Amino acid sequence: MVGFWDGYVWPGVVILAQILLIVVPLLVAVAYLTYAERKVIGAIHLRKGPNVVGPLGLLQPIADGLKLLVKETILPARANIGVFVLAPIITFTLSFIAWAVIPFDEGWVLADINVGVLYLFAVSSLGVYGVLMAGWASNSRYAFLGALRSAAQMVSYEVSIGFVIVTVLICAGSLNLSEIVMAQKDLWFFIPLFPMFVIFLISALAETNRSPFDLPEDESALVAGYFVEYSSMLFALFYLGEYAAMILMSGMTVILFLGGWLPPFDIAPFTWVPGIIWFGLKIALVLFVFLWARATFPRYRYDQLMRLGWKVFLPFSLFWVAVTAGAVVAFDWYPS
Amino acid sequence: MAETEIQNFTFNFGPQHPAAHGVLRLVVEMDGEIVERADPHIGLLHRGTEKLIEHKTYLQALPYFDRLDYVSMMAQEHCFSLAVEKLLGIEAPERAKYIRVLFDEITRVLNHCLQIAANGLDVGAMTPFLWLFEQREILMEFYERVSGARLHAAYVRPGGVHQDIPAGIEDDIIEWADGFPKVLDDVEGLLTENRIWKQRNVDIGVITTEQALDWGFSGPVLRSTGAAWDLRKAEPYAVYDRMDFDIPVGKNGDCYDRYLVRLEEMRQSLRIIRQCIEEMPEGPVMVEDNKIAPPRRGDMKRSMEALIHHFKLYTEGYHVPAGETYTAVEAPKGEFGVYVVADGSNRPYRCKIRAPGFAHLQGIDFMAKGHQLADLVACIATLDVVFGEIDR
Repeated sequence: MVGFWDGYVWPGVVILAQILLIVVPLLVAVAYLTYAERKVIGAIHLRKGPNVVGPLGLLQPIADGLKLLVKETILPARANIGVFVLAPIITFTLSFIAWAVIPFDEGWVLADINVGVLYLFAVSSLGVYGVLMAGWASNSRYAFLGALRSAAQMVSYEVSIGFVIVTVLICAGSLNLSEIVMAQKDLWFFIPLFPMFVIFLISALAETNRSPFDLPEDESALVAGYFVEYSSMLFALFYLGEYAAMILMSGMTVILFLGGWLPPFDIAPFTWVPGIIWFGLKIALVLFVFLWARATFPRYRYDQLMRLGWKVFLPFSLFWVAVTAGAVVAFDWYPS
Repeated sequence: MAETEIQNFTFNFGPQHPAAHGVLRLVVEMDGEIVERADPHIGLLHRGTEKLIEHKTYLQALPYFDRLDYVSMMAQEHCFSLAVEKLLGIEAPERAKYIRVLFDEITRVLNHCLQIAANGLDVGAMTPFLWLFEQREILMEFYERVSGARLHAAYVRPGGVHQDIPAGIEDDIIEWADGFPKVLDDVEGLLTENRIWKQRNVDIGVITTEQALDWGFSGPVLRSTGAAWDLRKAEPYAVYDRMDFDIPVGKNGDCYDRYLVRLEEMRQSLRIIRQCIEEMPEGPVMVEDNKIAPPRRGDMKRSMEALIHHFKLYTEGYHVPAGETYTAVEAPKGEFGVYVVADGSNRPYRCKIRAPGFAHLQGIDFMAKGHQLADLVACIATLDVVFGEIDR
């Protein structure tokens, strides 16, 4: 049975180990993103943020997680239980499986597939299902309205994100994420494609339902939106999913526009730092922008958000696709 | 083919809702996200204040006024005190009048801070909320220093104010007033010219001057429509006639104008606060008549008469000659009035309270009609409803 052992079991163990190697640090990152969020927003609000549990409040995310874990799971009487339970699981799973194609450093990628961008796009499009199912299965009007808003929002912004990605693909000449990063060896794409970078960043906020586009969970009108009926661990899954999606979108921003794991300057002191550190730092920078936006902006209204998506971003990104493609053809700047 | 009737979606907004500002319950009929009709259901915080007052002496009735609109306490105490003083035919000493106006304006800032903070929060801007609440904390400390309580002060009483302000508080108020415009500028920096803020507030919940007058609106809600009506100027009470201040008015009567009017009112309040502190004379803060005002503690140790006065005052209270009065003040939310009927006994025969928020809430239906659900939230916030006064 040598073939079975070498052919199936051992690679299976290796893949499992790799998955754990990605998921565990990711979960820790998600936990500490909530901590960072509270600290950053706290600083902007001129207050301290969590500072009681552990030194500097560092154990706060763990305490929060534990609290959610031991709370009672409330299943509303009128909810469709099967779908109700499935919805957060889908959201959570989807926000994590996308990480399979993310290159953390040169060659540090679980699945180095040629259609990495398409895969990411597919996974993030599926994200809307968890939200829709949650809103429908809760059988609550607040949750239902939240889910409708969310579905509309995610679909609209995916369209403009799609066109933004197309411009990057034209410049990089590959759908493989590692190759997209390598194509930025000389020039990070956010410089030539700056307007697209801005659109992508804003769409990423909308895509992850973050402020100022946090309408689906519009606290002042819809209480908590689609997850208003959720409690304990099912709620935690939504929460973790949302934050993992934030990190994922930041990761995509970094890979598509900020040169992935590449150091900012290809000279001595910068090249000593391992690529994964650069990758992490850049993600942290983008995440900071996410948090900063939350503390600074009021919330868009539903129709205003739609207008921005369909009447501003979509035509503009479409136009820019044409400009980029035209420039590449006219000046013979085909990617090698 | 069978005919199907499409029914609007009925939505129960509140009373347990983060944007309901207390215990507002709205039954909202919606067509998708569009509000077709908003029907306020009130009374969840009804405590029977008016009836309770009929069974209390005039002094005991006073603290109920703190508990009406629990963010503009002293303005309401001032109103009731003025009404009782009018019936008694007395007038508070000069210094007391200045203290009252000083704290009326502090109360106005206190109220508008809350309103703008809550308005921001309802529209999704979190940060101004925390910045302004820090200021509220400082102001409530001033409350505490004069009265011992942060909220329910019971400080302004018929005949004057309870005690003289503690030494040194003027300097601290001036110091705060020096720093406060900076906070307002910061808040304005985040909101006033912010595109999203403007999109969410401009042309939302428009009220015309005519509508405002028809429905009995007052205060910033009326002034935002362009009508420069302010009781502090129209029928000055206390020492407002000696104060130099402007009345900001809006143009369009929308949520944005109401926000701007309130911001400017805070700046004007600072002017009044400064003038009060500069011009405040020395002297007593309570009428000397011991039939109405309690005697000094020192006197009670020596004088039998003072002891009797004290006993009578705190058991029976004072008798108010028969008569009736409608007295109104410009509370931060609008015209706050009491209609007191005295029958010559030690208790009011009737005390009808005119709360500005009650009138304003009536407007929610025509303001929100045709707007989105999120705009309804902005409308509620800019009407500045507080259920203590609406439900009474």
